[in-house]
Amino acid sequence: MIRKTVILVLGAVLGVFAGIEFYRIRHLREPVVAGPGVTQAKKLGDYFPGIKGTINDCNIYVLEGEKPGGSVLVLGGSHPEEPSARLAAWILAENGRLEQGRLFVVPSANRSGTTVTRPSGAYPADYTIRTSWGEKKFRVGDRWANPLDQWPDPEVYIHYPTKQNLAYMDGRNFNRAWPGRPGGTLTERTTYAFIQMIKQEKIDIVIDMHEAELQYPVISTIVTHQKGQDLAAMVSMTLTGEEFKIGVEYSPKTLHGLSHREIGDHTDAISLLFETPEPFLDATRGRTDAKLLLEGKDDFVVRAGKRGLLFEKIDENGWPIDIRVGRQTSTILSVLDLWTMDHADRGVVLKNVPKYAEVIEKGIGAFLKDPAKADPKKVYYE
Amino acid sequence: MIITILYYLLIAFVAFLIIGNLLKSKKWQEEVLYVIVLLPFLLRLLRLK
Repeated sequence: MIRKTVILVLGAVLGVFAGIEFYRIRHLREPVVAGPGVTQAKKLGDYFPGIKGTINDCNIYVLEGEKPGGSVLVLGGSHPEEPSARLAAWILAENGRLEQGRLFVVPSANRSGTTVTRPSGAYPADYTIRTSWGEKKFRVGDRWANPLDQWPDPEVYIHYPTKQNLAYMDGRNFNRAWPGRPGGTLTERTTYAFIQMIKQEKIDIVIDMHEAELQYPVISTIVTHQKGQDLAAMVSMTLTGEEFKIGVEYSPKTLHGLSHREIGDHTDAISLLFETPEPFLDATRGRTDAKLLLEGKDDFVVRAGKRGLLFEKIDENGWPIDIRVGRQTSTILSVLDLWTMDHADRGVVLKNVPKYAEVIEKGIGAFLKDPAKADPKKVYYE
Repeated sequence: MIITILYYLLIAFVAFLIIGNLLKSKKWQEEVLYVIVLLPFLLRLLRLK
């Protein structure tokens, strides 16, 4: 009996350590210091009561200009393990100022997905960005919502309303659940809430930021609904000429559930989706740690590139997070500039957000604010 | 919701069986194995992962 008790106690100690780790991942507090341009912080549940009070009742930071204009929604965290999307949203919310129009910024569109990492993936739980005032920690998250929040998975995920069959786990994939439905799963209710928000706020453009593995052909590009073809082509030409190479892909009309297809089909908004390269996601990667997530350096992925298996270049310098975030902010700024040029009355003029070269030069940390020194009324938690 | 409740009941039942086997076991190697197998069940019951 003594032996059994000793083994049980040792097991309990292991259980406590594992339990603390899992609890910490799920409850790590990520502060956002609302910047000078944020006039109000809304909740997704303000637009659809069916999501109110759930884990996906996420924050929506609203930046408003004095001059009336159009409205743009920027989504980060659709797939939380694609960190440049969340970090770019952080930079917008903490630094942006609007001169015209309105900008809605969401750092954690699928908040449930930020509270879990991929089972058996040996993923890091979090990562840290260094700043001049200290360090800021973020959850790594997963591509899918947490099974604790949405369970069980079906044998086959049948997309609503098209009945297209998708992989079973994509029932928890935020970017396979558009346009959603009011009585559906948590993920479907989340996308449905965003559709209501887009309609109620008369959003002109929705930007959904993502990252992709280098073995995936849709990379370093803007995926656009047909309504946004001209805009995306202009942005691609401008950025490729002035800052970095970025392509354009057209949203397939028969591939359903994705934001670039369904938002364009079900609302008046133009839907655009950005992809930057993230070696952390590649199947042939080496150790999956926070260093790889942030530096994007991996010998195995480089080797895959030498064998012609990749759709984007990579060398020993990798794809550091500053470059990836800079691509996101510059692409957003370019979209807004070119949209405003053609739609003066529906323009959205955003200032004080760093472009590609500035993010690389100063690092992301230079644009993250210290919550300890901020007015507590301006600090929100993701 | 009903499926979720059934799932947790099932997890509790399997955890109960593992604990039963642990108490009956005579070999220390098996006892260690039962404790290791038990851990994810208990963590899931506690909704930790």
